[in-house]
Amino acid sequence: MSPLQPRFVRLAETDRPTVPIVVDGATVEALEGDSLLVAVLTRAGHLRHSEFGPEARAGFCLMAACQDCWMWTHDGDRLRACDTPVRAGLSVLTQPPDMPWPNRA
Amino acid sequence: MAEPRVIIVGAGPAGVRAAETLVAAGLRPTVVDEGRRDGGQIYRRQPEGFARSSAELYGTEAARAEALHATFDDLRPKIDYRPGHLAWNVADGHLHVVHDGSAEALPFDALIVASGATDRLMPVKGWQHAGVYSLGAAQIALKSQGCAIGRRVVFLGTGPLMQLVAAQYRKAGAQVVALLDTSRLWNQIRALPKLVSRPDVLAKGVGLAASHLLAGTMVRRGVTPVEIFGDADGGVSGVSVRLASGRDLRLACDAVALGYHLRPETQLADLARCDFAFDAATRQFWPVIDEDGRSSVPGIYLAGDGVRTQGADGAEIAGKLAALAVLTDRGRSAPTEQISRLRQQRRAMERFRAGIAEAFPWPHHLAAGLADDTVVCRCEGITAGELRSVVHDKGADEMNRAKALSRVGMGRCQGRYCGHAAAEVVAAATQLSPAVVGRLRGQAPVKPLAIRTRRAAP
Ligand SMILES: Cc1cc2nc3c(=O)[nH]c(=O)nc-3n(C[C@H](O)[C@H](O)[C@H](O)COP(=O)(O)OP(=O)(O)OC[C@H]3O[C@@H](n4cnc5c(N)ncnc54)[C@H](O)[C@@H]3O)c2cc1C
Ligand code: FES
Repeated sequence: MSPLQPRFVRLAETDRPTVPIVVDGATVEALEGDSLLVAVLTRAGHLRHSEFGPEARAGFCLMAACQDCWMWTHDGDRLRACDTPVRAGLSVLTQPPDMPWPNRA
Repeated sequence: MAEPRVIIVGAGPAGVRAAETLVAAGLRPTVVDEGRRDGGQIYRRQPEGFARSSAELYGTEAARAEALHATFDDLRPKIDYRPGHLAWNVADGHLHVVHDGSAEALPFDALIVASGATDRLMPVKGWQHAGVYSLGAAQIALKSQGCAIGRRVVFLGTGPLMQLVAAQYRKAGAQVVALLDTSRLWNQIRALPKLVSRPDVLAKGVGLAASHLLAGTMVRRGVTPVEIFGDADGGVSGVSVRLASGRDLRLACDAVALGYHLRPETQLADLARCDFAFDAATRQFWPVIDEDGRSSVPGIYLAGDGVRTQGADGAEIAGKLAALAVLTDRGRSAPTEQISRLRQQRRAMERFRAGIAEAFPWPHHLAAGLADDTVVCRCEGITAGELRSVVHDKGADEMNRAKALSRVGMGRCQGRYCGHAAAEVVAAATQLSPAVVGRLRGQAPVKPLAIRTRRAAP
């Protein structure tokens, strides 16, 4: 699957008002009531890159337990995408701002 | 006598029934839940503005879900409900909570922990790829967001939830490629004498299994997971397993729902210094409780799937019993007849739980066969080989030492998803029982806190 291809498929509840959010500077139309994770993964294949390995990550538990779904605000605050509801104007990054992560060799 | 301050962690079936019981006795308990809405896992409420009916969301359990939600809505003005509050530590008679980056310590006389369960996982090569989700995650995507985790979904693992979630996916219009189950029909047949303790639930389970056959969905039992294929950018592309016949099966898919039944969330009980004991049948450590849910520590009560995986009905009973235990221990008159009736119901739940554990056994034998390059810790990409090397080269034959030296269990999930499997890897490498290898100790905070957490204004 290409990283640009959406990962999640909406099967129900598609009749909701849209909410614009911004991911890495690009505007994305989410639906009211979406979690940030769903808003991103219905548009893309992943949420972030692992700082310890080569893989893209797209969350794992969806119940706030694994912390695989972290995204970042421009201030460097961490958001857990699976339990962060979208709101208009929410702007997130798929990498922490100005913080180089150590990559395991 | 001053009114006892009772805090309940968890607004699932166990926590809600505990709160109801305390309110009926004239108390005003505090109910803390990390979630934004009540309901817990099984009766998870969808966000405001979603329109599916209870029947669509909860199937055969719709009436129970509605009853629990209605009870909670009635309780709202009679309790101190704290949604969006994470309980992150228990110390010196205080429950430490954090809400929106602001921390607070709540004093209690009695604490009922009804923290529920998370998926129990066994690694398989490639499970770190994007598109591999826990089985619970697959259900949450559908229940609370109306989404499938992919276009073509393989269900891999075992447990009663696997049959259920696959059926829910099919009904919602998702493509279920296959159910690949590590348990064998023989396991289920042998567990029947225990499973008949709840004939209605057993019948639902048989119905679910039959529905997959009727729908023509591929179901394979007795499989050995081999690998989840994929690449670093694109994520999952397929799954391979060895079938019971010895033949290999490879299937293309873009999502995998992986899980081996559930494990209780016991960190708060651990931080409260409750005693734990090893359960040989399910090969895990559990907090020790009496039949009403009293832990080894006075004032700490444990209820629901956060202490024994008895399911939602069992959780409701356990929540009531724990609350009645609080009342009894605080010198309130206790309805002895009701208590003995609940205890009796609970024994049937416990018998059924043991049956489910036998019917869908934790495949601990897979740990020994994990290739050295299989990732055990998804958080930090640490492999089975790296874990084995601290056992062989550094003599780390105890879990917390193996954790300190390998970092397995130190990542951001804090061992929730690797801990049980890591203990099996160490047990296999040392030829010791996991009872001897031990368990990862719970640590505060039970989940990572926001970088900027401040103390709440008094
Ligand atoms: C993902 C998932 C799906 C499930 N689906 C089904 C199903 O379809 N059918 C079925 O029969 N069983 C299902 N189960 C089993 C289920 O756990 C029980 O049937 C039932 O929900 C148990 O009720 P409970 O009250 O013990 O816990 P839960 O319902 O899990 O409630 C626990 C609550 O505690 C809260 N909590 C936990 N820790 C903290 C903390 N530190 N701070 C604050 N709040 C906290 C959680 O947010 C949660 O709301 C599922 C389990 C999981 C994990
Ligand atoms: S996906 Fe596990 S915490 Fe969000």
